[in-house]
Amino acid sequence: MSAPDSPLLAIVGNPNSGKTTLFNLLTGLRQKVANYPGVTVEKKIGECWSQHGKKLRLIDLPGAYSLNARSPDEAVLRDVLLGRRSDTPKPDKVVLVLDAANLERNLYLATQILELGLPTVIALNMIDIAEGKGWRIDVKKLSEELGVPVVPMQATSGKGLLELKAAMSREDLPQPRWHSAPLPEEIRASVLATRAELALTGAVQEKSSLLEPLYLLSDHDPLHAGIKDAQLGQISRGRAALEKAHPGWEDQLVNDRYSAIEKLCREVLVRPDQEPVTITQRIDRWLLHPLFGGVFVLAFLVFLFYLIFKVAEGPMGWIEAAFAALGSWVTGVMPPGDLRDLIVDGAINGVSGVVVFLPQILILFFFIGIMEDTGYMARLAFIMDRLMSVVGLNGKAFLPFLSSYACAVPGIMATRTIDSPKDRLITILIAPLASCSARLPVYLLLISALMPDSVSLWAKAGIMVGLYALGTLGAFGFAWILNKGVMRGANAPMILEMPSYKMPSIKGILLLVWQRARAFLLRAGTVIFGISILIWAASTYPKSDSPDASIRLELSAAGRAGHLIEPVIAPLGYDWKIGIGLIGSFAAREVFVNTMAVVYAVQSEDEEDMTPLRDRLRQETRVSGKPVYSPLVCISLLVFYVFAMQCVSTMAIVKRETGSWGWMWFQLAAMTGTAYVLALAIFQIGTAMGY
Amino acid sequence: MLPSSTLAELPIGRSALIQSLPTGRAGLTRLRELGLTPGAKVDVVRRAPLGEPIEIRVRGSHIAMRNHEAAHIIVTPAEA
Repeated sequence: MSAPDSPLLAIVGNPNSGKTTLFNLLTGLRQKVANYPGVTVEKKIGECWSQHGKKLRLIDLPGAYSLNARSPDEAVLRDVLLGRRSDTPKPDKVVLVLDAANLERNLYLATQILELGLPTVIALNMIDIAEGKGWRIDVKKLSEELGVPVVPMQATSGKGLLELKAAMSREDLPQPRWHSAPLPEEIRASVLATRAELALTGAVQEKSSLLEPLYLLSDHDPLHAGIKDAQLGQISRGRAALEKAHPGWEDQLVNDRYSAIEKLCREVLVRPDQEPVTITQRIDRWLLHPLFGGVFVLAFLVFLFYLIFKVAEGPMGWIEAAFAALGSWVTGVMPPGDLRDLIVDGAINGVSGVVVFLPQILILFFFIGIMEDTGYMARLAFIMDRLMSVVGLNGKAFLPFLSSYACAVPGIMATRTIDSPKDRLITILIAPLASCSARLPVYLLLISALMPDSVSLWAKAGIMVGLYALGTLGAFGFAWILNKGVMRGANAPMILEMPSYKMPSIKGILLLVWQRARAFLLRAGTVIFGISILIWAASTYPKSDSPDASIRLELSAAGRAGHLIEPVIAPLGYDWKIGIGLIGSFAAREVFVNTMAVVYAVQSEDEEDMTPLRDRLRQETRVSGKPVYSPLVCISLLVFYVFAMQCVSTMAIVKRETGSWGWMWFQLAAMTGTAYVLALAIFQIGTAMGY
Repeated sequence: MLPSSTLAELPIGRSALIQSLPTGRAGLTRLRELGLTPGAKVDVVRRAPLGEPIEIRVRGSHIAMRNHEAAHIIVTPAEA
């Protein structure tokens, strides 16, 4: 991005301290987002110019409460600041962002970071809110005590930015003067011993600061990146020794640090005896009201889903029309042949099938951004926590799971707000069981084939509700099993900070929407592109001369594969033609409808109109003369589509977000396996009972 | 001086001083790091509509936790 000789400044702070707002303000949104290799933690880098035209490189490190890491985010912060990550250089300077209105708690992480000894400037953010509470902060005294410049500011309005930038570009930015009490002797001896042992394998430098082995010892989760297996053993032995020699050592260090912070606060912070009621408290009286709070959640969700399903319809139609126009344009300018079919029927058609969901995904990302930015997300988690705890999840899993009813992709991408790795993984694994909008066309087709027209709309709606309920039950059941059986490790306790409400930064949210949408298009788009071409090729080759499209399909590789898998799916009540549909919808579920239309050679003027296809399904008979789409087969198929993993976009995102092929395959096997077993049970038991 | 109780038992709107937390448990250490150290003042702000979690205020920040954790935190209620 820029010459490596310009200094690298790390922006660090607590979650909700306004760190990212400040980063956006400094970089003017000139930033690159990537992932730290091996973990799903966002790495944001950018640059800005000092007043004197000097380039500064910035890195927005993940928000954290402590260097005693409890989440992958916090481990990344610790490892970057200690220079332990090979993919990220150790920062030259630190911009420490503090929420002035929450000074005491923010000083906990701040003093830990100051002790690392990097040249630092403190951005004392949200000073307006602190003053609104009647607090008086002696900035000069705070700066003297900590030994670094302190700039009061307001990142949301840009107040104080010039002063901050001046301090950031100072060549002589001082090293902090703050030192907390020396380690108690017994703890110090154990940490020294661990450092000596770790130095043998090169995990730390022999002469490293004692803080490095100390923070490694206080990390309870051995899964964090950057620590080799052999070193893990050393660390857990070190922990055990320390715990034995000095029980409660970690807690004692926390108490000592807060004692020092209390002493500091007595000197720099004057609080009124009676603090005024804040706006946040007034809003929460309503939004967290025992009755009205729940009503508001419901109303908000109804509104959100109205936007997703109703308002998104327009743009989705435009996207389909645009791809259709592109297809007919290519058809017009290219000579007929395989290449043209490849581009039109394979690539354009396939990519269009995924991009059409982009409006829904953008709306979801936008609302998730608003909720994160304003602070309502924490309230939603607060209200929903009790409900989610029934299946062993916590409230933070609620919105990602709910989003998955529109599309699992944004749902899974939203799980990054869940800091417990175990909870996050379970949420990712169950998210695709929520009946997403791609299942809707399949449900509609099969329900209409299942029920005669005379059946009331209510009964059809009832079946639809039943399918959604079944998927939800399945997801919760999976979560329960995964939580009890499959996943090892204790559940992290649910601890949630309820930040002050903030006005959302629309610019920042739009940037976030763009970054996430881009990640989706790059990941899912490229995979879908490849798979679409594969499926096109399978249903085109080997070619036959028949003028009948359905016979050409039958003789193609896909048609043969349909015959090939017939013995496997016959016990579910499906014939080889349905088999072709299943193979086609491996990439994306809604493809089933189009594939079946080709299989049965149904011509329709209007693609939206399913009536001809439905009538054709009802007429289809087996050799015995019985209808293929008996009620039992329809139900078996519906249940199969509720549970089966048939979405390559989701699989690509699962791979990316779990960082593992293993979990992706596990999910595919678990979901499709369950789908198979349930569909089998329904058809076999139903048949035995004479239906 | 009122008898001590757990944070989970403290009624909404009441204040208390933290007396002790069990040591050596990762979850409680994190609560400690968020400011719940012995001697700190806590206020119970509210409970979620479904009864759990509880929201408390400590050192100026608002933290929510479940009864499971709150039941381990021994507090001395302040005079009402």
